[in-house]
Amino acid sequence: MRGIYRAVGVVAASALALTLSACGGDDSGDDSEAGLTVFGCNPENPLVPQNTAETCGGDPQDLTVAKLIHYDVENAAPEYDIAESIETKDNQNFTVKIKPDYKFSDGTAVTAESFVKAWNYAAWGPNAYQANYFFEPFAGYGAMQCVPPENVELGEEEDPCAKYPPTDKDEALDGLKVVDETTFTIQTTEKVSNLEVRLGYTAFAPLPESFFEDPEAFGEKPVGAGPYQVDEWTKNEEIVLSKNPEYSGEFPGIEDKITFRIYENAEAAYADLQAGNLDVINQIPTDSLIDDKWLSDLDDRGTSRPVGVTQTIGINPVADKSLDNPDLRKAISMAIDRQTVIDQIFAGTREPATGWVSPVVDGFKAGACGEWCNYDPEAAKKLWDSAGGYDGALTLAVNNDSDHGPWAEAACNSIRQALDVECTVDLSRDFATFLTDLGEGKIKGMFRQGWQMDYPSIENFLVPLYSAGASSNYYGPYDNPEFEELTRKAAAAPDLDQANALYQQAEALLSEDMRIIPLWYATGQAGWSDRVQGEVAINAFGVPDYRNVELN
Amino acid sequence: MGKYTLRRLLQMIPVVIGSTFLIYAMVFSLPGDPTAGKCGERPCSPQYVAQFKEKYNLNDPLPVQYVKYMGNVLQGDLGESQYGVPVRDELADRFTTTLKLGVVALAFEAIIGIGAGVLSGLRRGGFIDNLVLVSTLVVISIPIFVIGTVLQLYLGVKWGIFPVTVGSDAPWFDLLLPGMVLGSTSLAYLARLMRSDLSDTMRTDYIRTAHAKGLPQGRVVGVHALRNSLIPVITFLGYDFGALLGGAIITEGIFNIHGIGGYVYRGIGDRDGMVVVGTVTVLVLVYLLANLIVDLVYGLIDPRISHD
Amino acid sequence: MTDTADAALVPHASDEVNDARPVSAEAWRSLRANPLFWISATLILVFVLMAAWPSLFTTLDPRTSVLAEARRGPSSEHWFGQDRQGYDLYTRCIYGARASILVGLTATIGTSVVGVTLGLIAGYMGGWVDAVISRFAEIFFGIPLLLGAIIILQSVSFGNSYFAIVGQVAAVLIVLGWPSIFRLMRSAVIQVKPQEYVQAARALGCSPLRIARSHILPNALGPVIVVSTINLGVFISAEAALSFLGIGLRPPTVSWGVMISDGAGAMQSAPHGLLFPSLFLSLAVLAFIMLGDAIRDAFDPKSK
Repeated sequence: MRGIYRAVGVVAASALALTLSACGGDDSGDDSEAGLTVFGCNPENPLVPQNTAETCGGDPQDLTVAKLIHYDVENAAPEYDIAESIETKDNQNFTVKIKPDYKFSDGTAVTAESFVKAWNYAAWGPNAYQANYFFEPFAGYGAMQCVPPENVELGEEEDPCAKYPPTDKDEALDGLKVVDETTFTIQTTEKVSNLEVRLGYTAFAPLPESFFEDPEAFGEKPVGAGPYQVDEWTKNEEIVLSKNPEYSGEFPGIEDKITFRIYENAEAAYADLQAGNLDVINQIPTDSLIDDKWLSDLDDRGTSRPVGVTQTIGINPVADKSLDNPDLRKAISMAIDRQTVIDQIFAGTREPATGWVSPVVDGFKAGACGEWCNYDPEAAKKLWDSAGGYDGALTLAVNNDSDHGPWAEAACNSIRQALDVECTVDLSRDFATFLTDLGEGKIKGMFRQGWQMDYPSIENFLVPLYSAGASSNYYGPYDNPEFEELTRKAAAAPDLDQANALYQQAEALLSEDMRIIPLWYATGQAGWSDRVQGEVAINAFGVPDYRNVELN
Repeated sequence: MGKYTLRRLLQMIPVVIGSTFLIYAMVFSLPGDPTAGKCGERPCSPQYVAQFKEKYNLNDPLPVQYVKYMGNVLQGDLGESQYGVPVRDELADRFTTTLKLGVVALAFEAIIGIGAGVLSGLRRGGFIDNLVLVSTLVVISIPIFVIGTVLQLYLGVKWGIFPVTVGSDAPWFDLLLPGMVLGSTSLAYLARLMRSDLSDTMRTDYIRTAHAKGLPQGRVVGVHALRNSLIPVITFLGYDFGALLGGAIITEGIFNIHGIGGYVYRGIGDRDGMVVVGTVTVLVLVYLLANLIVDLVYGLIDPRISHD
Repeated sequence: MTDTADAALVPHASDEVNDARPVSAEAWRSLRANPLFWISATLILVFVLMAAWPSLFTTLDPRTSVLAEARRGPSSEHWFGQDRQGYDLYTRCIYGARASILVGLTATIGTSVVGVTLGLIAGYMGGWVDAVISRFAEIFFGIPLLLGAIIILQSVSFGNSYFAIVGQVAAVLIVLGWPSIFRLMRSAVIQVKPQEYVQAARALGCSPLRIARSHILPNALGPVIVVSTINLGVFISAEAALSFLGIGLRPPTVSWGVMISDGAGAMQSAPHGLLFPSLFLSLAVLAFIMLGDAIRDAFDPKSK
């Protein structure tokens, strides 16, 4: 659910060259004091794990929050962190045992209660927490929400909770039960085969007692059970972390102090990195990526790897009836020269997509899109003409407050030249307007979509996006009974392999409709200063593994 | 003098109300839901939207919102940004930084602009005059983002003469390079203004008299001509100060300065009316006050102008 | 980015109209003798031709892109090289003249018409009319150009056609730029009004409209023309800054500003993509300012 936020929050800002924040400069010259200083951006919300949906708040919290599951940096495989064991026989009733010795940074113990109370709070509709929908599979979720009756249309400004409060009386999910100090059970409404993988997402973090006493104060100076704790958050300037003295887990950090220096401009951060004022950055300006210039700038102190982010072009055939014929959409897909766009616009830092699921996750299978994702201008033109073509100019809408113009123009040129149809980039909306218009089905032609995974599972690239009720299903909506059936079966599958096979079948269905045209899989880059010893690793989410960075 | 000042101050009231209402109305009418994009890829839940709108008075009609807002402003309360930080606190902090940047820019502009103007004004049409003309115009026609990034790359990153970005408490030295970049935008105007004023003055009778008396050229220019030609130049600098403060968006971005430019820019993107209107109100006030001060100073310097 | 050459020239304006007398013939004579005038006029002529008939200068289509050849430097085939979309830069520079000059000219004419009209009314009528119009002007004058433009351009859209996009950028520049011309005009009128020949016309019973039109306007226009020509260049480069922020002109519209902001994104890997449009922009701005300068010199009785 971090969605396209990374792309928008940071790159956007960089493309626009604005800033808010600051604190670059020479004040990091004092090595011993500063510890590790890394690129940060401005969190949108207070630092509560259950209310964070973007990387600016998410990156520091990855260090301060421990969850049941930890994802391996290298291959994103789930490993137990706080969890001692998670057991289930039917994929519907789970027993979670936690390790007894974990403590929050304020010294209080992490108990089964810390999880259950936190999750209940996030799932309680009137709290309006961003992670609310992650609890949808849990039994009793519906009674926790404010839902007007079927026949009632709510006015736009109306708060559903004012008139239709949740029916649940004790503000707790029926599906969560504390058994003892270190054990609790989860019951889901339907079978969920990949629950274990999901539990590594920040929405499922435990919260200490102090949170419930004063959630607002907590958000300013959060307390977690991770290897680091928040020392100080100076708005717009920096977030300073130090080692959590109470930490007893298996994933401790190396440096005593990590400072997220806040930039809203990747160029400024990159300039600071070159000048030695910043130690690690995970946003390299595109201009410096070309011909690997950044690697020569940094004397090879950089690395790159695939991350769980995909880019697609969406089409809403309900909004644009003249693109109702799937053959037209397939022709468009075949008309995009993905490899050349990647080479020339992205300096090779993307992989041409052959399907809808990122290659970094468990269950990925290449080639779901089949021939439709291969660049073949002749075949595309033939298909286009036989399907009747398109009257007028095709448009490709992207939001203008981010750096999407260049690739969109290149993709449009590719389509224009292959299909002999006018294609222009529509840059008339900023992000807020873009999302609003998408939601209202106002955007004709093509529009851009991006997705950054919440947890490393094939399911996360399919169900939250393309199932009938999904809230960002802007494709008509896309409603394919066969797709629904397969994903439901997959969720109920007895083991992950069978589940993955079913999800792969569901993914293959998307190629029949081609309402969503896969473009490319992203890679992430990290660069570091000469103060850093050895290499910096990036995880599958594109976040550098700050825990294991060591300074000279 | 006192009467004049009072009248000017009174005249400011409708202007401030007009500008703030204009900005308020425009921010209010921006298309797009203010909560769109607040919840990542997904639209926000109706509860979230409702809480948000309640918190920021977004359900009231525009004039009501505006009156409520202005009522608070009069009590010194500029509201809270959508990040939960009081606008007044943040603005105070950021304004100091931008103010410092503006002062550096103004100083740079004044020194170089007046210098170049004097050099070219003394010999109109000569080599130096044309050199100044072309070089100031080249600066004017290269957009500031290009000047900024190029100077940052060479003077900062490559040669290490200046800091690359500005430190958190915005020390003066760090602001030198950004100030130069910002000030370069109106350099050409100032140089041209100085040039034409000086060359006009040099042709006046009293300068001719001074020459005839046998005063050395340096003294004629320095003491007699310059002082009289400076009046319009000072006026321009006063007007320009407000423009520099409001025009620092791009410069602040390049050098990671946490001033008001980026603040208000993000406010617009977030549909954060409090931030935008609060900042613009302060900018308009500063601008009007700067104008007033310039006019008053102008009256003091030039005895021919009376404010009574 | 300051908005315009504005008010600073106000006090100055008096110098130029003090010896008010019919100046056009004399001015023309002095203009003809000024080489700067001829250089700038020729440049402007070339740019105007480019804007009107780009096909005179190039046979290529500005939207022909060979993406595989992106960022290649100048060659015999592509004189200025190619940008990161693989477009021919020379052709884009030629075609970019139209939008840039259109924005500059429209904004200049717009600000001049509005500013001169209101300035004339305020300056001539004085009293409460002057007070109301002056306060109105200050409202717009106080809003910083860049901020105001961002807000207006995000909230108002004229549509997606070529002229709509160009028109909306020009309109914003007019809305925020007219007060500087207004102030200039107003003070020039106030300077001219007490002159003997205006008093004489009044005594002869001429109507106020006629006095304004045939006596005040011609003699107060001098400083306006000077500042307007400078502003024209400024508007062209303001368009570039707005395009850089993603809210000015946008593809498929080609302008120097759009090209410069594109080129800035590949400043290190393809500097020619930044150099050539900047060169065109500089030349155009230079030409207009030199013209303004030449006119100013010609109208300035003391410079002889």
